[in-house]
This record gives sequence, C-alpha cells and structure tokens, in this order.
Amino acid sequence: MFYREVGDFKTSYAEDQQTFPIAFDRWRYYVVIAVAFLVIPFIINDYWEKSVLLPFLVFSIAAIGLNILTGYCGQVSLGTGGFMAVGAYACYKLMTGFPELNIFFVVILSGFVTAAVGMVFGLPSLRIKGFYLAVATLAAQFFLVWLFNKVPWFYNYSASGQINAPERTVFGIAVTGAASPSWATYLFCLVFVFALAWAARNMTRGPLGRKWMAIRDMDIAAEIIGVSPLSTKLTAFAVSSFFIGIAGALYFSVWFGAVEVTEAFGINQSFRVLFMVILGGLGSIFGSFAGAAFLVLLPVFLKNVMVGALGWSTAIAANLELVIVGGLIVFFLIAEPHGLAALWRTAKEKLRLWPFPY
Amino acid sequence: MKLNRIAAVAFAALMAAGPALAELVVPSLSYRTGPYAPNGIPYADGFADYFTLLNERDGGIGGVKVRVLECETGYNTEKGVECYESTKGEGALVYHPLSTGITYQLIPKTLVDHIPVHSMGYGRTSAADGRIFKWVFNFPGTYWDAASIIVKHIKDQEGGDLNGKKLALLYHNSAYGKEPIRTLQELAKKHGYELTLLPVDHPGQEQKSQWLQIRRERPDYVIMWGWGVMNQVAIQEAANIRFPMDHFIGVWWSGSENDVLPAGDGADGYKAIAFHPPGTDAPLFADIKKYVLDAGKAAGDGSHFGEVLYNRGMYAAITVAEAIRTAQQMNNVKEITPTMMRDGLENLVIDAKRWEEIGWPGNPEIHVTCANHGGPGLGAIQQWDAKTKTWSLITPFMEADREVVDALIAEDAAAFAKENNITPRECK
Repeated sequence: MFYREVGDFKTSYAEDQQTFPIAFDRWRYYVVIAVAFLVIPFIINDYWEKSVLLPFLVFSIAAIGLNILTGYCGQVSLGTGGFMAVGAYACYKLMTGFPELNIFFVVILSGFVTAAVGMVFGLPSLRIKGFYLAVATLAAQFFLVWLFNKVPWFYNYSASGQINAPERTVFGIAVTGAASPSWATYLFCLVFVFALAWAARNMTRGPLGRKWMAIRDMDIAAEIIGVSPLSTKLTAFAVSSFFIGIAGALYFSVWFGAVEVTEAFGINQSFRVLFMVILGGLGSIFGSFAGAAFLVLLPVFLKNVMVGALGWSTAIAANLELVIVGGLIVFFLIAEPHGLAALWRTAKEKLRLWPFPY
Repeated sequence: MKLNRIAAVAFAALMAAGPALAELVVPSLSYRTGPYAPNGIPYADGFADYFTLLNERDGGIGGVKVRVLECETGYNTEKGVECYESTKGEGALVYHPLSTGITYQLIPKTLVDHIPVHSMGYGRTSAADGRIFKWVFNFPGTYWDAASIIVKHIKDQEGGDLNGKKLALLYHNSAYGKEPIRTLQELAKKHGYELTLLPVDHPGQEQKSQWLQIRRERPDYVIMWGWGVMNQVAIQEAANIRFPMDHFIGVWWSGSENDVLPAGDGADGYKAIAFHPPGTDAPLFADIKKYVLDAGKAAGDGSHFGEVLYNRGMYAAITVAEAIRTAQQMNNVKEITPTMMRDGLENLVIDAKRWEEIGWPGNPEIHVTCANHGGPGLGAIQQWDAKTKTWSLITPFMEADREVVDALIAEDAAAFAKENNITPRECK
C-alpha cells in the first residue's frame, strides 16, 4: 500500500536512476541516517559503544570491502585478517611517526597503504582463479601476520609486541585512547561507514562496478567485449583492501586501542568476515551490513539472554552460543543460499503487492 | 538491522534491572571453553569456591556477602572487553583478567574508569611500579621475577656457572609469551649463556618444528612460557624426544596437573616455578571441603579441588578478600567503592600470622606499598612426581635478581609514563 512505485513520477534521468527509487525506501533510509547521526550519539553508553555499535560499524566496513572483491568481482579472498592487520599497523606507525597528523587522515592513509599491499597480493589473481586464488590469499594472511610478529620495527620495539594507540583528537575531542567519550568514537566510525558505504554503492553502480561484475560473471567474455582483466581485478583488490585497511585501522585505534596481531588479525578474522559476506549476501551493500549485524550482534545478544536474563552458567552459554550461531548459519544457507539480502529483496517484492497479492 | 532492534530492547531491559543490594561485587573473567579451558576451569573454580566459603562460613567479608560475577572470555580479548564493559556498571571492585592481552586492554581504562586491575603474576610487568601504574597491581610476582628465578635455579643446578650453556625459551607467541624475552636476554649478557627463542603460535597444538629444532640444537635447558593446550603438547613432545625432564622448566602458568597428566610417566621430573605451595595439606582446604564441596555448592564439578591452578584461583580470591577487608578497616565502612578497594590493595599486608589465620601457612608474606605493586617477587621451584601424581616444592622461596629486574621495570614504566603523559606519583 505504501511501498510501491505507482504514483511516484520521475521527471529526470537522475531521479530515475537513484539508489532508492521507491519513496518509502528513501524515507526509511533518511530516518535510519537521522537516527544514527542525531539520536544514538545522545543515548550511547560505554557498553553499547564497545560491544555493540563499534563492532558492527567496523565489521560493516570490512564486509563491504570483502564484498567488493568477492561479491562483485568474484575473487575469493581469505586474506582479510592480514589486510586488516596492514591497516592497523600502518595506522600505528603513522600515529607514532607523525603525531601532529590528524587521526582522520591517518586512517585514510592507512587505507591507501593497505590498498597498495592488496594490489601486490592481488597480482596472482591474473593467473589463478577460484580455490587456487583462495590459497594464494591465504598465504598473504599468514605472511602478513608473521611479518608483523617478526619485525620489531612494526611495533616500535615494544617488549610485548603489542601496539598501543596514543590519544588523538578531532576538533579537540579525543577519539582514540581510553579517555575518548563514547559518542565521539561512535560518530568518528559512523562518518567513515557512511562515506564508504555511499562510495561503494555508487562505485558498484557505475562503470567500475559493471566491469567487476562482467569479470565475475565470465572473465573470457568480459575480455572479449573490451574489459581489461588486469586493471579490473587490480582495482577490485585496491578498493577492497582500502576498505579493509580502514576497518583494520579503526579496529585498532578507535575500538580497542591495543592490539596483538596473532589474536586480533588471525585466520579466524578472515573467516569471520567471509561468513558475514556469504551470509549477508554476495554482491550487496545491504547484505554486508546484515551479515555484520548477524555475526557480531547475535553472539552478544545470545550471551545477554542466556547469562544475563536466564542466569545460566557461563560455560553452557558459551558452548550453546556456538551451537546456535552455527545452526543458524546452516539454516540460512539452506533456506536462502543468497543470503539475508535475498530475503530482504523477497520481502520488498511481497511488500509491493501487499495487501492484495495476486 | 532488525536484530539490532531486538537486541536493543533486550539490552535496555537488562540495563534497567540492575541490582541495588548490599553486596561486594567481584567479577571473574573466566574461560571454561576453548583451547585454554583446561587451565581456565580450575582457576575459575578455585576463585569462586573461596568466596562461597567466606559467604557460607563467615557470612561474607565484614558481614557483607560477596557476589562473584562470572563472565566467559574464552581467553579472547574481544570478549574480554565485552565482559569488562558489561560488568563494570554493577559495582565491580577489582578485575582479575587472567589474560595478558585483556590486561593490556584494561590498563589505560583504569585511568579513566578508576577500577583497579590486579593481574596476579601476569600482565604488564612494569605495572609493578606503583608510582606510574596507580591502578594496576601484579603482586606477588612478575614474569621478569619468574624468569630470573628460573635462571637462578638453573645456575644452582649447574654449580654456579652458566658460561657457554644453551637455554631455549619456548613461548606462546603473544604479549604473554614475549614478556620474559628482554629479561632473559639481559641475564644472558650477565651470566654468559646462549638464548634460543622458539615461538609457538596460538593455540599451541602445532609444535613439531619447535621440538625438531630442540632436538637438533640440544639446548641444556628449555624454559616454557605456555598456557592452555600448549603446555600439554609441549610436555608430551618433550617426553617423546626423551628430553631430560628436570631440565625443562615452566613458568607458573605452565605447571599444573592438567599440563602433566596427559604425558603420563613421561612427564616425571618436569619442573615449574610457583608462588604458592601446591597440595591440600593446609587447614583451609578442609574448610573448603566441608563448607563448599560437601555442601554441594562448588562452582565446578569439584574434580579440580587442590590442583595447582585451583589453588592459584583461591590465592587470587584471598588477595581480593584481604584487600576488601583492609579497605573496610581503613575507611570504617562495610560497603566499599573501587577507589577504596585500590587503597586496600595498596596497603595490603598478609604476613605469616595472617596466612596462619586464613588457614594456608607456608605462603610468602605480601607487603604491597605505594611504590611497589609487584609484591615480594618470590618463587620456588616445584617438581612433578608422576608415580604419586603430586607436585612438591624442591627449593625454598627465592628472590629474583632485583638488580636486573628493577632496572628493566623502571625503564619500561618510564616509557609508559611518557606515552601517556603521566607524572609519577610521590611515594612516601
């Protein structure tokens, strides 16, 4: 009834091609943005910040990044954790090397450093595909983590091998370090999420995204119609690594403040982001958010219900949490192999006809 | 997005239902799942059981009951931070993170949230400098104390000369395992031994290449900084290559029953450092048995009673309880705040007489001061007897090489102070 194209007349090409062609969708989007920017900062507390919102935002960026590479360009990558580590260590080295540089630019520069590293590790994708490429990126994962453990220059020769984020401010308000207020760190991450998601959405709709999808769907055909595999695959690796690098930088500097490479950026992290993308929906920006929300928030939610509300023993809750999350992943993949984004699409189709389906 | 909203409702409900009873809240960041569970479970059981004993036998501390708030971290920093954030609002008095990684996360937060952290025999070693780390404690000993005491023991065994000897450090490749490297390197300069570093990656089940290297290089001694399954695997591997077990010495986190039992007779003679005596001879254990285990109030299944790490958990609980008692006496109140708790920890004295009253004589005395949060820094060597399946102390409690350790602590603490713009406190 409310969710329909009928009666919403487009009078220009720009209007016709907008991201949210349906008025209801557009308004919903504005409301979500308004709540995120104008309401949440006033009600946020430490728990929400550190355990719910920052994890969601940071992993959304990482999932969008991997989705560009895997979902849009079809190149399977298991190196996400390693690339996040590049972002985090680039951020650390820039923060400590240039203390006067604003953290905002430090994070962006970390993204560019990661993009460069990602392109180097993306080179094998020109020759190898599918599972073989996955193995090559797996090598990147292990190599990068090993490198950051092995070379003391990366962690400024600290005795423990940990990297610690010093306090940095934006407009005089701390966004890194223990003294930073919750709303500031949240808004800092949100600005990045908003800008990057917006950029990703528009990139994937433009010529670049079409090239990626052409390569994904059939690389030989794409080459024949004039899409260069070299530049296309490498841009996908670069853009994807840029996103993942920013996620890694935010993970280290804003969310945790101290990170140890083996634990924070191990192979588990790569799989986690890959599951987010698969579960959320390959080739969908909304899917990246949905997947991140599912895998980040569900365990926290289950823990709070089982331990906090029901008072169960923590060990049972922790094990049951694994069972439930694992079971749900299997269930969703069987019920909807194209991820949560496909469910969302189906729901929208149904909404268009509601309440008079034929 | 939808889940987010459901979660929001649930969280809001939980936040609103905070308790307001008179009680002392002690969070226990435990791990009963994952690759570190074999070590996490006995510790968590001991920690909880001692407070159950105080509640059952004495009606709490100073008449106020203690509530242990357990939160599962899985030895994972991400979950540890979640646990910290979710429990700090409930009036948590002190945190025992039981993980060096989580301790590093919490150290900067102590400066803002003003809740003390007691990383008992782990965490950041330089936190022993109370002038700079006002809110962090790591008595009764630090990793650097442990490293130097182990070297001292090796030196005693070798007749006082380590020149030209080869020592290998087998360590968990994390902040925890890397902690002793600097000290061992400094001591190598002093004593003239050669040090080989052998990192083992999380979770520690893969150690074939490290032990191959040990077979090839034949170090005279292997020192281990391991945790979780890594300990069991290392001891099994050592037994497999018939490494002389009395030349294999673990830190205090690598010397419990769970670590040596899987290797059977092969583990006989394995050594580890300890900062409290093993076994259940002391009268305190009879009380635990009577009031907690036999009453069916144990935190776990009771099967870990009296194990080294169970005792370690109790030891941690004792320091918390005694600090609460000290804080209550200092301020003449029953319910204390985290700030009072910090003062209590800083003025904590457990002398031989008090240990006797607690029911666990044989422990070294603890005198925490404003400048020294690292405590006595004493350690004894314990050895495993596979026949009787018992640990026993084979040396008295020894002092660390203070000259080397204190210089390193001062250096590292100064670096932290500089990074965080802290001016050291004046200590009387």
